[in-house]
Amino acid sequence: MSEIANPPMSLDISNAEQAKDSKTLFGFWVYIMTDCVLFASLFATYAVLHHNTFGGPSGQTLFSLPNVLAETLILLTSSFTCGLGILSARARHKDKVIFWFLITLIMGIAFLFLELTEFRHLVVSGNSWHHSAFLSAFFTLVGTHGLHISVGLLWLAVLLGKIFGRGLSKNNLRQLTLFSIFWHFLDIIWIFIFTIVYLMGAVGK
Amino acid sequence: MNYIAGVLGKLNTGVFPHDKVTLGAAISIPVGGLLVIAFLTYTKRWKWLWKNWLTSVDPKKIGVMYIIVGILMLFRGGVDALMIRAQQATSVGASHGIVSVNTFQQLFSAHGTIMIFFMAMGLMFGLINLILPIQIGSRDVAFPFMNLTSFWLFAAGMILINLSLGIGQFSAAGWLAYPPLSELRFSPGVGVDYWIWSLQIAGIGSLLSGINFFVTIIKMRCRGMNLMKMPMFVWSVLCTNLLIMFAFPILTVTLTLLFLDRTMGMHFFTAGFGGNPMMYINLIWAWGHPEVYILILPAFGIYSEIVATFSRKRLFGYTSMVWALAAITILSFSVWLHHFFTMGAGADVNGFFGIMTMVIAIPTGVKIFNWLATMFRGRIRFASPMYWFMGFVGLFTVGGVAGVVMSVPPADFQLHNSLFLVAHFHTMIVGGVVFGYLAGITYWSPKIFGFRLNEQIGKWSFWCWFVGFLLAFIPLYILGLMGATRRIDHYSASMGWQPLFIVSAVGAGIIAIGVGLFVLQLIVSIIQRKDNIDYTGDPWNGRTLEWSIPSPAPFYNFAIEPVVTERDPFWESKQLAKDSEAKVPHYKPITMPKNSAIAPIIGALSVAFGFGMIWHIWWLVIISLVAIIVSIIIRISDDETDYVVPAHEIEKIEREYAAKRAQAPREKYA
Repeated sequence: MSEIANPPMSLDISNAEQAKDSKTLFGFWVYIMTDCVLFASLFATYAVLHHNTFGGPSGQTLFSLPNVLAETLILLTSSFTCGLGILSARARHKDKVIFWFLITLIMGIAFLFLELTEFRHLVVSGNSWHHSAFLSAFFTLVGTHGLHISVGLLWLAVLLGKIFGRGLSKNNLRQLTLFSIFWHFLDIIWIFIFTIVYLMGAVGK
Repeated sequence: MNYIAGVLGKLNTGVFPHDKVTLGAAISIPVGGLLVIAFLTYTKRWKWLWKNWLTSVDPKKIGVMYIIVGILMLFRGGVDALMIRAQQATSVGASHGIVSVNTFQQLFSAHGTIMIFFMAMGLMFGLINLILPIQIGSRDVAFPFMNLTSFWLFAAGMILINLSLGIGQFSAAGWLAYPPLSELRFSPGVGVDYWIWSLQIAGIGSLLSGINFFVTIIKMRCRGMNLMKMPMFVWSVLCTNLLIMFAFPILTVTLTLLFLDRTMGMHFFTAGFGGNPMMYINLIWAWGHPEVYILILPAFGIYSEIVATFSRKRLFGYTSMVWALAAITILSFSVWLHHFFTMGAGADVNGFFGIMTMVIAIPTGVKIFNWLATMFRGRIRFASPMYWFMGFVGLFTVGGVAGVVMSVPPADFQLHNSLFLVAHFHTMIVGGVVFGYLAGITYWSPKIFGFRLNEQIGKWSFWCWFVGFLLAFIPLYILGLMGATRRIDHYSASMGWQPLFIVSAVGAGIIAIGVGLFVLQLIVSIIQRKDNIDYTGDPWNGRTLEWSIPSPAPFYNFAIEPVVTERDPFWESKQLAKDSEAKVPHYKPITMPKNSAIAPIIGALSVAFGFGMIWHIWWLVIISLVAIIVSIIIRISDDETDYVVPAHEIEKIEREYAAKRAQAPREKYA
């Protein structure tokens, strides 16, 4: 609304910044949507292939639910601390921003560590991705989520370094917002993985 | 020796081409490249090239670069096509034609891949870059740096696919690389890997472009231009980019899964271990069918602009045109299974997809009739863009009817993978897409280069394309009905097919003359540019905003941001402006994005990354990946990506344009 209220030809710097914010934010949402399509395709492949175990063990025997529950709780909590960090950013509390996002970063690393432990366990016990179509689909779907998490962690680490050095500049604040959208999005994807891959797998659906 | 093998992955001295045809092609590309390099060095243009073009974030320049690559790829794919035609015309009975079976398979695989991904997509993004921002009254796209990066990813894919000529070989598994044939067991060479990585890298570029132009249209239209006042080309690009956003992630996934099968030993599409090859075919067409609409919709937009301008009438049925586009956009996701009715999904499923395919002909028909109605009682000027349009209407209708024939599943069981199908989709893509883009280049080049193209040679080019097309593809319809399958490399003389194949080859030769004439048209027009200068910025008596600014368009497009109140705003303003006094404009400083060297660097690193992936040179993969990540971090850490053009400089540029306009000869293009 404010854009319409302003005189049309003015080159107000804050106006230009606002326009840039709104474009970037919208563009990022659109990107998230395309990423949704990407995950949807992977979920579809998993749905088609998850019974094709080629005589090997199915998800019912392979998945350890306590481990997955721990992963889920850690990731959900990290989303919560990410939200707290955004609130501190709105209030321009630099130290609090660094504190909350550092916790997010650590929890993200913990999640990734648990996921890789699970992968290692599967590979060592002779259930690697090249044993059946089911395992290929499982490693690819969950691994793609893990890859997104890794990218997010790298992004957050760089961002924290910049905030530490240059403070809460316009650019940094914009990227914090984008990061938080990305992180919450990965949380939602994980909920789907938790339900469709692990819970439904554990009951043998 | 082992050490070297480890360092170079699967590369060894045996990878260079052995047969004469490929060797000739493989040598001609570096020779051509060396000539260009020598020319640039001799004329001392390297710095100019780097500063003004390769690192430029100006969409008009990016558009020109896309079009240059697109036309080069039209040559490359065209040579492949000529060789396919020559092989099929001669490989009969005792003769086995001009190339080996393996080379022939690489030829048709490369022809399809290059024409779709690097010719058609290149020309499409080129025209979108050139015109879309100006048509919506904007100075730029939403994300200028990302736009340049998209171009360089596209170029990286193009370089990779052409490297396969000289180093190793290309895929012999067809343009969509169906498994299990494309799996490691049946295609052990690097050909399919070349296919995967050139498409993957270019595809990510396309996806980024899709996001970019979608946001540009939604967020950057000038004041007053609500959705139902957008020019039809903008609508078509909006729909195309929606399709890109929904379809290209599926391609990314599909290519990744095939890569995982081949490189990591997974089993998505393998014949054993529970893999499912038909899933690949579903996935690739869930991308592939929208893809053909991605290509045709912008061409529809171009035709809509051309037919209104050259009929000097408003586009007939604007609202129904918009709804037809929207309907095609949505329906295009519900027809993919018609590419494989023979899969055996059963009568109900086939029936559903058959009917959906027939339904999609309705909005397309609406568009055809609206274009014809626009011409009705218009004062039509038969300039060369109009020729392309007229040729398109005829061919596209024929091809569309052939498509509806094949949408009937029982008929499709006969026509599946026959030359009838090949003739059908070439009618749509050549007659629809290519004619549209060539018309678009002719129509908009005054805005980009500042002069019109030579009309006479353009018309010759059209006639060669049109006549050549009929000669090349009508025989294929007939051959298809006679039972000739696609990709056939040899047949018995007793079939009686050879005369038709020879006619088809002659037709392909005439199309090649048409391509040559189009390039000749560009060259002659550059030489004669003084004769065809566009002084006024409005050479065709146009209707939309791009004709309201001078030609060639200044880098900031609009000195003063336009405000529109009507559809066809420039046409309306010309009707009103006849008696009103011109006001002295008051210029303001303009913020523009800075050029960036990071985008071409990311492109070069992507070539290295893809090359390493193809040849299993893992150190190269790791180094280039890390370097790409570092480049992106450097870019997002840069807070100073814009600069301000002061008002007096804009005033100076605008004065020069005004002086040029004053020189305009009185005779108007009537």
